[in-house]
Amino acid sequence: MSRRLDVDVAIIGGGLVGSSAALALRGLGFSVALLDKGFCGAQASGVNYGGVRRQGRPVEQLPLSQRAHAVWPRLKALIGIDGEFLRSGHLKLARNEADMASLEVYAAEVAEQGLDLELIGHNGLRERFGWIGDGVVGASFCAGDGHANPRLVSTGFAAAARRAGVEVLENTPVEGVTRDGEGFALEAAGNLTLRARFVINSAGAWAGPFAESFGEPVPLSRIYPSMVVTEPIEQMMSVNIGMEGGGIYARQVERGNIVVGGERALPLADPDFSRPRGDGALAIMNNAAALFPALRHAQAIRFWSGTEGAMPDKNPVIGPSGTTPGLIHAFGFTGAGFQIAPGVGEVLAELVRDGQTQTPIAAFSIGRFAGISARTDAGSGAGQNQEPQHSGELRP
Amino acid sequence: MKGQPLIVGAGPAGIRAAQALVAAGLRPLVVDEAPACGGQIYRQRLIPDGRSSRDLYGSEASKAEALHRDFAALDGRLDYWPQALLWNLRDGRADIMVEGTSRQVAYDGLVLATGATDRTLPVPGWTLPGVFTLGGAQIALKSQGCAIGSRIVFLGSGPLLYLVAWQYMKAGAKVAAVLDTAPFSAKFNLLRGLPLFPGIVLRGMRMTAELKLGGVALHYGVGDVRIEGASTVAAIAWRQDGLEHRLACDGIGYGLALRSETQAADLAGCRFAFNTRDRAALPERDAAGRTSVPGVYITGDGAGIAGADAAERAGERAALALLQDRGLPHDAARAATLEAELARIGRFRAVLEAAFPFPAHWMKDIADTTTLCRCEEVNAGEVRAAIANFGVHELNRLKAVSRVGMGRCQGRVCGAAAAELLAHETNRGIEAVGRLRSQAPLKPVPLTLALTAQQEAAE
Ligand SMILES: Cc1cc2nc3c(=O)[nH]c(=O)nc-3n(C[C@H](O)[C@H](O)[C@H](O)COP(=O)(O)OP(=O)(O)OC[C@H]3O[C@@H](n4cnc5c(N)ncnc54)[C@H](O)[C@@H]3O)c2cc1C
Ligand SMILES: Cc1cc2nc3c(=O)[nH]c(=O)nc-3n(C[C@H](O)[C@H](O)[C@H](O)COP(=O)(O)OP(=O)(O)OC[C@H]3O[C@@H](n4cnc5c(N)ncnc54)[C@H](O)[C@@H]3O)c2cc1C
Repeated sequence: MSRRLDVDVAIIGGGLVGSSAALALRGLGFSVALLDKGFCGAQASGVNYGGVRRQGRPVEQLPLSQRAHAVWPRLKALIGIDGEFLRSGHLKLARNEADMASLEVYAAEVAEQGLDLELIGHNGLRERFGWIGDGVVGASFCAGDGHANPRLVSTGFAAAARRAGVEVLENTPVEGVTRDGEGFALEAAGNLTLRARFVINSAGAWAGPFAESFGEPVPLSRIYPSMVVTEPIEQMMSVNIGMEGGGIYARQVERGNIVVGGERALPLADPDFSRPRGDGALAIMNNAAALFPALRHAQAIRFWSGTEGAMPDKNPVIGPSGTTPGLIHAFGFTGAGFQIAPGVGEVLAELVRDGQTQTPIAAFSIGRFAGISARTDAGSGAGQNQEPQHSGELRP
Repeated sequence: MKGQPLIVGAGPAGIRAAQALVAAGLRPLVVDEAPACGGQIYRQRLIPDGRSSRDLYGSEASKAEALHRDFAALDGRLDYWPQALLWNLRDGRADIMVEGTSRQVAYDGLVLATGATDRTLPVPGWTLPGVFTLGGAQIALKSQGCAIGSRIVFLGSGPLLYLVAWQYMKAGAKVAAVLDTAPFSAKFNLLRGLPLFPGIVLRGMRMTAELKLGGVALHYGVGDVRIEGASTVAAIAWRQDGLEHRLACDGIGYGLALRSETQAADLAGCRFAFNTRDRAALPERDAAGRTSVPGVYITGDGAGIAGADAAERAGERAALALLQDRGLPHDAARAATLEAELARIGRFRAVLEAAFPFPAHWMKDIADTTTLCRCEEVNAGEVRAAIANFGVHELNRLKAVSRVGMGRCQGRVCGAAAAELLAHETNRGIEAVGRLRSQAPLKPVPLTLALTAQQEAAE
């Protein structure tokens, strides 16, 4: 049985980026089809660590990040649930004086951006965050950051989009997109043909081939951050924890479980799926128990990982195609797309409506890779740090 | 030079597999969580007491003794790690927690003989102290020599229901009643089993008769069960033939037959298919126990519920397959005999399934306030709301939005119930809602679990 659909905007990929764009576009009155090869929110957007953090992002991401920052407290009104979003604050620890110095440099550099970072010394940490163990010399605190439940937020955006009238088509992989007269023709599984005036390529780690088919190859690779969750323990971790230079991050959810990330997983035979390695998970667990003495008697109940698209410069690709009018890209968030995705969705809707946006996104143009004949790398998992860490050399 | 095969589980299936491999000159590594071999049914007591193996294993005593003896006789020709938990499998390596550290084992051939655990469905009050699974009740009796209460009711479906009630009565405990969720008429199906295994059917009938003679009330067609009590079990109420019943008790043994432990096969990458008889997704396998992954074999109750006698044969059969696949001599005639015997037991399983049906329909009417997922404290109403609000119709998505099956037990206890409820709520067949994907660790492990030197060397 073949089926035809005619919409203003077709969105490839129902992660948080695609579904927040779908919801925003409906809000502007567009007809929208949201297609996912599996279930919306079942990939990176639904399995990530849940850090809702601006601190540590490269400066050029901060305007977009600030825009998303305004969306998070409004989730209840926007999608009907708060997604367990908690403005707990994000505390980035420094293991040594050199790391503390780079936290200080970062704080000075973003001073104008409204993050209100507070630098805390060793004694201050002892007083305010006594549950953190030894081996930390200081920290930088961003009180407005926090964390949320990705499983609920991402699925919640897709469900809200459906309620708002978006045609949500799950288990419907897009198999080909071609420019067709004034618009696009999409071929999708189940003999579905779609016509659309605009196409948004928000296919996450799978977005490369779509860009390449329009003459825009990108060096997109895959990374698989490893996660561990403990059984519920007494509330003690009041903030979302990060570490300068990477290696470990942790938060405690409302039920008491501690989610800890760090290390890298490896893809399975089917590179769309991945699982932490046993030794990698043990390393995260041991690191967590060393950093947080209260965890020394806790048990780990589950590990998991997810497939994330990563760019070599750690910045996503967001913006209109350089070759094809009506095509808009948004992918390659390199381990940090959860917090900014709701802002990206708004920006994408504006790009469809106005062809432009007030939010600066020039740094994310796909044009920065023009001239490279880079192919999508289905990736071994080698890549950058999952939560892109501010680090001296890599900052432009 | 080929490497060492790994056998997970030292129950009847794992023991017979080990024996066949050793007989062929291989030196397998056998790991089991339990402190001694025997598996579930032939579990050994923790501390020797006055009980004989006849007291412990009844009619199966000679089989138990033979298995324990045969495994002991392999000493020196295999490696055996008791109290060793397999918690992860990846890329031909097994992570095993033993003596407080984690060892990584690169295996060459993997035989999964992980057995089964009790299957239940939630009823009001099922999480009260004093409610045990049938298997749990039996373990308390077998390995610790203690009863689960002073006035006990056994509830559920399956041969184990009558067996455990009978074992309790024989041990001198006060058994107030056996509540069978199937109608009495279902038991007529057992007559079809007489030509296949007359001994087993007659033994079952004799147990039922002895329970009656011992003053134990037997009720059939029991539904709408509610377990009552403030802080521990005080009574059980149910409906039967349209009438309300209630019985005071302080211990309840409850089970609806068994469910296969398949998580290790999932981590090993085995393909699964829905099995109508067990109402669960099971690893695909051929008659010998080969899974979809070369070199990985699955056997015993972990491959699909078939009982202990089948487990012994299936374990040996899988070992013969491993030998054949390695190009070693193997006894093809023996393999054919084992397969024929397994097929006969399989036909008997169908009879048992008809005589002791699973009350899947219970989940349709489960009260919103009844706890569905015990680990994460999620009730049926919250699950229904999550299904409706997020529009999910697949089990892993339901887990993601409701936390059902996300806790310590990873859905071992509530997975079947969640699948049945999801099927009802979305008007789909149970086979269409998917299966919970497994994640390591298979069971909780301490955060401070240390990596051993072996593991570092392996890197
Ligand atoms: C384990 C992990 C931890 C992370 N932690 C954090 C964190 O703490 N904070 C943070 O900000 N970010 C974090 N991230 C990153 C963040 O999750 C991602 O950047 C973000 O979710 C990306 O959203 P997305 O919509 O682009 O991708 P996805 O959620 O992957 O969505 C892409 C979708 O496209 C679909 N798709 C692909 N191909 C096709 C096709 N041909 N047809 C139809 N659909 C298709 C996929 O099925 C998928 O659903 C983490 C990521 C991972 C994996
Ligand atoms: C609680 C219980 C009571 C039962 N009582 C009876 C009875 O009285 N009569 C009867 O006929 N049948 C009974 N059965 C059914 C019978 O036990 C099985 O048919 C039979 O034991 C199956 O044998 P097996 O070798 O396949 O598995 P099992 O005997 O279950 O052995 C599996 C072994 O694998 C080990 N294992 C599992 N996972 C891991 C892991 N990740 N790491 C390390 N080790 C692991 C377990 O510790 C266990 O020892 C019972 C079943 C259960 C669950």
